[in-house]
Amino acid sequence: MEALISILFHGLAYAMILYIVSVGLSVTMGLMGFVNLAHGVFAMAGGYVTVRLMNAYAVPFGLALLVAFVAVALLSVVLERTLYARLYGAGELEQVLFTIGLIFMSVAIVRYLWGPSPQPVHLPAVLSGQIDLGIRSFPTYRTFLIVVGLLLIALLWLGVERTNFGAQLRAAVDNRRMAESIGIDTRRLFSLAFALGSGLAALGGGLGADILAIYPGYATEYLVYFLMVVAIGGLGSLRGPFVAALLLGFGDTACKYLVPELGAFFVFAAMIGLLLWRPAGLFGRA
Amino acid sequence: MTAALETIGLHKRFGALIVANDIHFRLDAGARHALIGPNGAGKTTLVNLITGRIPPSAGRILLGGDDITALPQAVRVRRGLGRTFQINTLFRGLSVLENVCLAVGEHHGIGGDMLRSLAARRAVLEGGYALLERLRIADDALTPVRELPYGRQRLVEIAIALGLRPTVLLLDEPAAGVPSTEIAIILDVIEQLPDDIAVLIIEHDMELVFRFARRITVLVQGSVLIEGTPAEIAADARVREVYLGEGHHG
Amino acid sequence: MHPIDTLLARHRFRAIELLPWLIAVAVYFVFGDYLPLGSQILIMILFALSLDLVLGYAGIVTLGHSAFFGVGAYAAGIYAAHVSGEPLSGLVLAACAAAVVGWLSGLVVLRTTGLTLLMLTLAVTALLAEAANKAGFITGGADGLQGMDIRPIFGLFRFDLFGRTAYLYCLAVLFLAWLFARRLVHSSFGRSLIGIRENTARMHAIGSPVRRRLLTIYTISAALAGVAGALLAQTTQFVGLTVLGFQRSGEIVIMLVFGGIGRLYGAFVGAGIYMIAQDQLAKLEPAFWYFWIGLLLVLLVMFARGGVLGLIDRILRR
Repeated sequence: MEALISILFHGLAYAMILYIVSVGLSVTMGLMGFVNLAHGVFAMAGGYVTVRLMNAYAVPFGLALLVAFVAVALLSVVLERTLYARLYGAGELEQVLFTIGLIFMSVAIVRYLWGPSPQPVHLPAVLSGQIDLGIRSFPTYRTFLIVVGLLLIALLWLGVERTNFGAQLRAAVDNRRMAESIGIDTRRLFSLAFALGSGLAALGGGLGADILAIYPGYATEYLVYFLMVVAIGGLGSLRGPFVAALLLGFGDTACKYLVPELGAFFVFAAMIGLLLWRPAGLFGRA
Repeated sequence: MTAALETIGLHKRFGALIVANDIHFRLDAGARHALIGPNGAGKTTLVNLITGRIPPSAGRILLGGDDITALPQAVRVRRGLGRTFQINTLFRGLSVLENVCLAVGEHHGIGGDMLRSLAARRAVLEGGYALLERLRIADDALTPVRELPYGRQRLVEIAIALGLRPTVLLLDEPAAGVPSTEIAIILDVIEQLPDDIAVLIIEHDMELVFRFARRITVLVQGSVLIEGTPAEIAADARVREVYLGEGHHG
Repeated sequence: MHPIDTLLARHRFRAIELLPWLIAVAVYFVFGDYLPLGSQILIMILFALSLDLVLGYAGIVTLGHSAFFGVGAYAAGIYAAHVSGEPLSGLVLAACAAAVVGWLSGLVVLRTTGLTLLMLTLAVTALLAEAANKAGFITGGADGLQGMDIRPIFGLFRFDLFGRTAYLYCLAVLFLAWLFARRLVHSSFGRSLIGIRENTARMHAIGSPVRRRLLTIYTISAALAGVAGALLAQTTQFVGLTVLGFQRSGEIVIMLVFGGIGRLYGAFVGAGIYMIAQDQLAKLEPAFWYFWIGLLLVLLVMFARGGVLGLIDRILRR
């Protein structure tokens, strides 16, 4: 029982990070069919901005996260307008190569600037230690992640359901040509969605810095997890990746907790099996 | 007589949308049959159901009397079912001759050969080249398909399908996108198809339809409205209303 | 000339195809000090060649080809360390092991396309890397696999300190693999792979068993990649976890694309230039190496999609 609660709790915190980082990738794939392997770079950039601001300039955690969100969203939209946009409609291989190029460059840059080892994370005092939630006490930081994650997700889903931007976005993912014919500027829409998705990834990178270590290998080591969330959730969906993130979060935590000697092996095997059963993902359109 | 192709109660729905509704359809050997109907009537969907590109929700498909409903696309093709596409679906980077020879090679059953000598392939190449001559595109045998004008690409579409030597040929708007000056070539080609092939043509060009077809089926909103000779169709009030009345392109 | 003959002539052997082999033999006599690097290059050429079959010809965009390289390396390494140091049987074993893994993973991977396919190729590699890491009792885990004693080839040619035997051994294996691959891509089967790359929907519509063809080439390619891995294990007598890394998968794609994909010789040009440049430049500042490679890749995609051989083609056509 104790173990089960532990797994659910840690798994949930992990799932939040996975979802917040990956959801933007699902939208870019669904909207423009762009295979953006460099999506993890934006999360890594967010992580570095957050941690460096806190460590070197004593910026408060919340403010550092906000700066990371805004800075990475802006950076991403510049990249989108100047480089990504040239490859819309290009082959999958071109998109893959281009984004691998970005990964290699960004890895070299952060290694040059801040060295190869993981960045130490000094959480604010309120977030360290344990918090008593009645049943038992839980680590405060992870409780905070779950709460903030749920708030962000609620905000995101409400935004996509209720706002005009969200309605346009859903229409464009559903049928781009139709959306364009009724006067939706999909180019602008996509830039906005791209910026938002990248900003969220940055937020995920910063929030999760104590779970997914911020180091130069970030964008490649966790890439397979981010892609899994999207592939299993189903492209272009908001809820699908959330379910996938939960599965992955619980599964990975359970495996590492119960059979540490087999590590991530089971999780990969289970995910591969899942796709064998449903190649288009859980909520994907075949 | 066994039909070359027959569908029995063919049914397909996407969610609440019914795109093929209880379609009973028969194509005899040597038939020259046209399928017409306004846009969105489900004509291409019917072709995709027959060729196995999408699975039906209910109903059966018989090819030469054999039930092929559960067979994969490739097997149906090997049993004699050939098609062209409404939108050119070609090997754009390859030359015209190579395009056709891929089909001829598959028909000869050597598409998977790894180590066969070139001499064996010469037969395939000659077969493919003869087809190009028949369709009068042999001058472009070595031209990459993507460099051809659209009208000539339409001919490659047909050449590939003929390379399979089908017994049933489904032509999905063969003249779509072809400049009017070049439609005559396509018409000639269709008229000269061997008599033993059963041909189903989907077409919006009524001149072409009435010149070519001996029977016509009108499809409206996924259902067969009427089937008959060209004269019967032209005289039918309902057809005029739902189709001809709106002009050729619905 | 009749178009049929022109087309047939394209598949005939041309003198320029001898060039890589002349260079490889010349290197043996002229650059005797660089033979260990030379062996590495030959191995990477073989690896890139195997990738060209799936990526360049069949159009399967994979980021997990190191899975098969790694399986081959570990199979040959473990065989040499625990069973027998006889090299040729080690090669055969590695090819078989990689082929089995290729076939099994292909069954899953090739059912999908696009991002899901990419993710699965990464996942298969990550799964194998995790397995190799955890099975330290047989693979050496993070410390790497050591203690191989490779016996002389045919019992005659001993692996020497200067890497002469190793170089000629790799060259001979690469030559045989090239003969096989060349035959394959010029066969009807090879042409049908190009058809699948160019238009999968049409291949279905002409009655081609698309998935079976893809699975076949995926398995063959895996076997060749496994042989490349085995050569690395046998010639360096060491296998580390990096053989299964993302880096290696990414790099081999880059080498191939840099040389030119779907051309058979892109592997030779790309792997050759990349390995030599890395040997010379990475010594100066290894961190920057990947920056420049990344930049080169971005520029390549934007301006020179055919790679080096594509550029040469364009210049010659002017």
